[in-house]
Amino acid sequence: MNRKKLQKLTDTLTKNCKNFNKFEVKCLIDLFYNLMGEVTERQGITIGLDRNAFRNILHMTFGMTDDMIMDRVFRGFDEDNDGYVNVSEWIYGLSVFLRGTLEEKMKYCFEVFDLNGDGFISKEEMFHMLKNSLLKQPSEEDPDEGIKDLVEITLKKMDHDHDGKLSFTDYEQAVREETLLLEAFGPCLPDPKSQMEFEAQVFKDPNEFNDI
Amino acid sequence: MGVALTRSAQWTAAGYGTRTLEITPLNEVILKEIAMFVESFIYKHPQEAKYVFVEPLEWKTNLDPSAFESGYIVSETTVKSEEVDKDGQPLLFLSVPHIKIRSLGQLSRLLLIAKDRKLKEAQACIKANRDPVTKILGLDYNTVKEDTSTVNILDKITKDEDPESEIKMKVGMLLKQLDLYLLNHSLKRISLQICLNPTTVKNHIELLKHFSGKGEQTVLESIDYTSDYEFSNGCRAPPWRQIHGEICYVLVKPHDVETLCVTCSTEGVFLNGGKTEDEGEINYERKSEMYKDLVTFLKEKSAKFSENMSKQDIRFTEEWKKENEEPKEVPKKEEADALPKAFLASSKNILEKNQINFGKIQMTKRLEPTLNWKATVDFKKHKSLLRNTQEKKHGGRLGRSGPPVSPGRAQLVRKSAEKIEEILSDSSSENEEDEEPPDRRQEANADLPSEYWQIQKLVKYLKGGNQTATVIALRSMKDFNLAQETCQLAIRDVGGLEVLINLLDTDEVKCKIGSLKILKEISHNPQIRRNIVDLGGLPVMVNILDSPHKSLKCLAAETIANVAKFRRARRAVRHHGGITKLVALLDCAQSSAKPAQSSLYDARDVEVARCGALALWSCSKSNANKEAIRQAGGIPLLAHLLKTSHENMLIPVVGTLQECASEENYRAAIKAERIIENLVKNLNSENEQLQEQCAMAIYQCAEDKETRDLVRLHGGLKPLASLLNNTDNKERLAAVTGAIWKCSISKENATKFREYEAIETLVGLLTDQPEEVLVNVVGALGECCQEYENRVLVRKCGGLQPLVNLLVGINQTLLVNVTKAVGACAVEPESMMIIDRLDGVRLLWSLLKNPHPDVKARCWRNGSLLVGGLELIVNLLKSDNKEVLASVCAAITNIAKDQENLAAITDLGVVPLLSKLANTNNDKLRRHLAEAISRCCMWGRNRVAFGEYKAVAPLVRYLKSNDANVHRATAQALYQLSEDADNCITIHENGAVKLLLGMIGSSDQDLQEAAAGCISNIRRLALAIDKARYT
Repeated sequence: MNRKKLQKLTDTLTKNCKNFNKFEVKCLIDLFYNLMGEVTERQGITIGLDRNAFRNILHMTFGMTDDMIMDRVFRGFDEDNDGYVNVSEWIYGLSVFLRGTLEEKMKYCFEVFDLNGDGFISKEEMFHMLKNSLLKQPSEEDPDEGIKDLVEITLKKMDHDHDGKLSFTDYEQAVREETLLLEAFGPCLPDPKSQMEFEAQVFKDPNEFNDI
Repeated sequence: MGVALTRSAQWTAAGYGTRTLEITPLNEVILKEIAMFVESFIYKHPQEAKYVFVEPLEWKTNLDPSAFESGYIVSETTVKSEEVDKDGQPLLFLSVPHIKIRSLGQLSRLLLIAKDRKLKEAQACIKANRDPVTKILGLDYNTVKEDTSTVNILDKITKDEDPESEIKMKVGMLLKQLDLYLLNHSLKRISLQICLNPTTVKNHIELLKHFSGKGEQTVLESIDYTSDYEFSNGCRAPPWRQIHGEICYVLVKPHDVETLCVTCSTEGVFLNGGKTEDEGEINYERKSEMYKDLVTFLKEKSAKFSENMSKQDIRFTEEWKKENEEPKEVPKKEEADALPKAFLASSKNILEKNQINFGKIQMTKRLEPTLNWKATVDFKKHKSLLRNTQEKKHGGRLGRSGPPVSPGRAQLVRKSAEKIEEILSDSSSENEEDEEPPDRRQEANADLPSEYWQIQKLVKYLKGGNQTATVIALRSMKDFNLAQETCQLAIRDVGGLEVLINLLDTDEVKCKIGSLKILKEISHNPQIRRNIVDLGGLPVMVNILDSPHKSLKCLAAETIANVAKFRRARRAVRHHGGITKLVALLDCAQSSAKPAQSSLYDARDVEVARCGALALWSCSKSNANKEAIRQAGGIPLLAHLLKTSHENMLIPVVGTLQECASEENYRAAIKAERIIENLVKNLNSENEQLQEQCAMAIYQCAEDKETRDLVRLHGGLKPLASLLNNTDNKERLAAVTGAIWKCSISKENATKFREYEAIETLVGLLTDQPEEVLVNVVGALGECCQEYENRVLVRKCGGLQPLVNLLVGINQTLLVNVTKAVGACAVEPESMMIIDRLDGVRLLWSLLKNPHPDVKARCWRNGSLLVGGLELIVNLLKSDNKEVLASVCAAITNIAKDQENLAAITDLGVVPLLSKLANTNNDKLRRHLAEAISRCCMWGRNRVAFGEYKAVAPLVRYLKSNDANVHRATAQALYQLSEDADNCITIHENGAVKLLLGMIGSSDQDLQEAAAGCISNIRRLALAIDKARYT
C-alpha cells in the first residue's frame, strides 16, 4: 500500500473515530497490516483478519481464554458479518475495546453476551456462558447445580422487569448501579494491565514515526 | 495361690520387671479374696490341694520357722513339710528367708500359720511370682497362651485319661474361676471410674446432637455417626475394629473448624485419618492425642464449641451428670449376669461355651489392674502389647469391657471421671479468659440461618469459581445487609474472610474491587477487623495502595480506615509502610493540578485523597503513627487539603490534624503551616462534624499562647461562642467548650468571650451536661474567672451554686477544674461569702481527703491547684465570722490529718493565724480551734511556735468553759503543747494543773487521758528540774 493511500485512510478513519488521535490511528493501521502480513499484498484487496487470526490476537495480547467469548468478541468486531475484521472494523472495534465510554462498552458487551442476537440474554445463554465458571466439585451430585444457581443469582440481580431474561435496559440499569457487572458473563474487554501494555507497545514514541 | 492368676496375664504381658504391688484399696480387696480362696482351698478341694506344682512358688517370707508346728520338720533356720511328692521332696521348704511351696494345700496351711500376716505373705508371693499359673500348671496351661490353650487342655485331657491331668485340669479351672470372680469383683469397682463404653458414648453423642444444628448458639453444626448400623453390643465400629476397643466413628462439624472424623474407643476419643473421598472408608489411624471423652476433645479442637458449651454449661452439665450416672449401672448389671454363669461353668462341657467370656475377661483383666500400678509404662510399648494380645483374641463383646487406659493416664482418668463436672466447668472458665473479650460477641437472637446458608453458598462459589463467577458471587454478597452483624459473622464463619483477603492478592482488578467493597462494609464490625488483621489482610491492602487504579486505592484506603481502629492494626499498617503510602494518596489532589485530563479525573483524585485522609485519621490515633505521618511529609499535604472546600474531605483532614495535634511537633508545624486560619474558617461551616473536629483541633493546639492569639486574630472566638448555643450535639459541645477553655487561658480571649456573652452561656451549661462537657465548661470558667469582671459576671449569673454542687463529683479531672474555678471565684470576698454559705468550704476540704493520689500528689508536689485550696482555707482564718472560723478550724483539723497537708498549711502560716484566734469566747470556735491546734502540734516545731505566738495561755482559760467538748479538745491541745518545756511552764503558770486534776476525774476517757498526760508532762518537767537542781 502506498503512503498516499495510507494517509487518506488514516484521515478518514481518524475522522470517524473520536477515541483515537491521528497518530494512534496510524499506529493501529500499521499494526493491522503487520498482522495481516503478506496476505493482503498478494491478493490486492484488503479482506482482513479471519476468525483464527483475530482470536489469536485476543489470546496472545489481551490474555483472553474463553473460546466462546472470543468468538463473540470477533463477531462484535466484525460488523458486516463477512467473517473478517477489516481495517475500519479493526479501528472502530478497538476504539470501543480500549477507549470506549461506559455507554459504548455496555452496548458492546451486551452484544457479546447476547449469543443469538435476539436482543435479550436468556437464561440458557447465561448458562452457556457460565458453565465453565465453577470448579467441578467431585462430591457434588449435579455439577450444573452451582451454575444454575449462579444464573439465578445474576438474574435476580439484573432482571429488573422480572421477565426471566435480560434486556439491554435491564443490563444497562444493573451496570450503572454496579460497574463490576459490565462483564458479568465473562471477560470480553481487555484487563487494564494488558491494555496498558498493548497501548504502550503500539503507540510508541512518536519520534519514530516522524515520516508521517 | 493360683489367685495370682488375676494378675498373671497382666504381669507377664506388661513385662513390668521388678515393680511392686501398690497398696490400693482395690489391690487389697483382691489380695483378701485370694487369701480367702487359698485358705479355704484345702477344705473345699482336698483332692486338688494335693496337686504338685510344676515349679515351686518361691518368695521371701517374714515367717519364723518357729511358727510352724505339726506336720513340719522344723530346725532353726529351715522348715520342711512332712508332706512330700512322688520323689520324696517336701512340698514346703523354708530356708530363712526363702520359701518354696509346691502345692495349694501347703499354701493353704501356710496362710493359716501366717494368721494376720497372711495378706503380706500373699502379696510377697504374688510379687515374687509374676506368673504363678505357669508355675502351678506348667507352660501349656499358662493363660497368657490364650483361649486356644483351653482347647488344648481339653484335647490333652481327652487324649490321655491320666488322672493327674484331670486334677491339673480341675486346678486350672478352679483358678480360672477365682480369676473370673476377682475380675468381676474389681470390675464393679472400676466400672465406677470408667467413662467410656458404648452406652456412655451413645448418650454423649445423643446429647450433643441435642445441642447441635444451625445458628450461632448451638455447640456444633452437626454430629453424626458414620454408620447407621448398630451392633447388638452397642458398637458401630466393624467387628475387626471393635477388637481394638473402638466403639464408633463420628463426623463432627464444629462451627469454626473443618469436619472432624473422630474415633470413639474405650480408651478415649481421638481424631482419625478421616473418611476417604472415593470409597467412604475410614482411615483408622490415630491422628491426634487421646482425650478422655468427646466433650474434652471438642473443646480442644473448636474454640466455638467450648465457648458455646460454656453458655450451655448449666443445662449441659446437668444432663451430662445424669448421663454419667446412668452408665455406671450398665456394666454392673452385665457383670452380674456374667458372674453366676462363670461360676456354673465347672464342667468341661461348659468350658467351651465360656470361651468368649474368657476372652473378654482376659482383656479386662489385663486392663484393669493397670489402674492400680503406679507405673508409667511407655505408652507405645503398652499400645503395641495391647495389639499383640488383642490380635490373638476374637472378641465380639470386647467393646463392653473396661477402658484400656494407658497406665500413665490411669490415675488421671480416674480422677477426672470422678470430678468430671468440676473439670468441665474449670476448663470452660479458662477458655473464657483466653478469649479477647470483644471478640466472638454474638447477637442475642442470631437465628437467621437462611442468610447464613446463602452466604455459605456464595463463599463456595468464590472459592471454586473463575473470575466471572467470583464477580457474580461478590456482587451478590454485597446485596446482603452487610451492616448487619449476622451477615458479617456469617461471612467470617463460613471462611469467607480468607477468600476475600486471598482475592486481594490476585491480579484481577474486578475481583479486588468486589472483595474490597465487601471488606469495607464488614470491617465496621470490631471482630471482623481483628480477624482481618489476624489473616494478614493489612499488608495486602497496603500494597494495593500502590495500585494504578484509583478506585482500588480508594477502597483499600477506606477499608484500612475501618480496620485501623485498634492498636495492633495501626501498628501493622505502619510496619508495612502503609503510612507513607497513605500520605502519598493525599498528594493526588495536588498532582491532579496537571493540565492533562484534569477535568475527567479530578473528582476521583479528590476521592483518593479523601480516602487517604480517612485512613490516616484512623491511624493517627497511635503516637508512633503520628510521627510517621509527620516524617512522611503529611502535614503540608494536610494543610493543602485544608484549603479545599469539600466538606467530606475536610472532616478526615481536620480529624487527622486534631488527633496529631496532641504532639508538640505537630503544634509547631500547624502554626508554621498556618493551619489555624483554616480551622477557624471551617468553624463557620454548616457541617456539625466538621465544626466538632475543628473545635477539637483548636482545643488541642491552643496549648500555647501564640496559637490562642492566632485563633483570636482570625476571628475564631466568635463562632466558638455562638456554637455554645447549640447544645444538642454533645460531642460537638464538648469540643467547643474544650476549645473555649484552652483559648480563655489568654486574658484577651477571656475578655473577648465576655463580649460575646459566652460566660453566661457557660454558666448555663453547668447543669445537665455530660461530664466531658462539664470538665471543659468548668475549666473555661476557671480560666475566665481570673478576670475580675468575669468573676462578678459568674456570681451574678448564679454560677456559684452549680459550681459548688459540682464539688461532690467523683470525676478527678472535673474536680481539679472545679476546685480551680471555685478558688478563682473565691478571690472575691462577696463570692467567698456565697461559697461559704453554700457549704463550699466544707466540700472543698472534704475533697482534700479525696483518695485519688493524683489530686493529692499533684496539689502537694507542684503546689498547684489544691494548694490553692489550702491557701484559700488558711486565708479563711482571717474571716471575722465566728461560724466560718469554726468550720475552717474543723476543716484544718481534718486536713492536718495528712502529714503533707499539715506541712503545707504550716508553710502557709496556719500557726500564727490560729494563735491569733485563741482569744475568743465562742465555745464552738474554741472547741474546733483547740482541736486544730492539737492537730497542728504534730508537725515540726509548731508546738514551740504556738507558745511563741502566745496561744497557750488563752487555751488554758478554755478549761473554765462549761462545754465538755471544749474541755476535751483543750485538754488534748494542752497535752500536745505540754511536750514542749516552755509551754509546760506557761500552762503551769496559768494554773491549769488544778483544773486538769479535776478533769482526770471526768467520765470522758479521752479527756481523762489527755488531762493526765498533760499533768504527767508538767510533773516530769518539774522532776527533771528538781533533779538538775540537786545534782
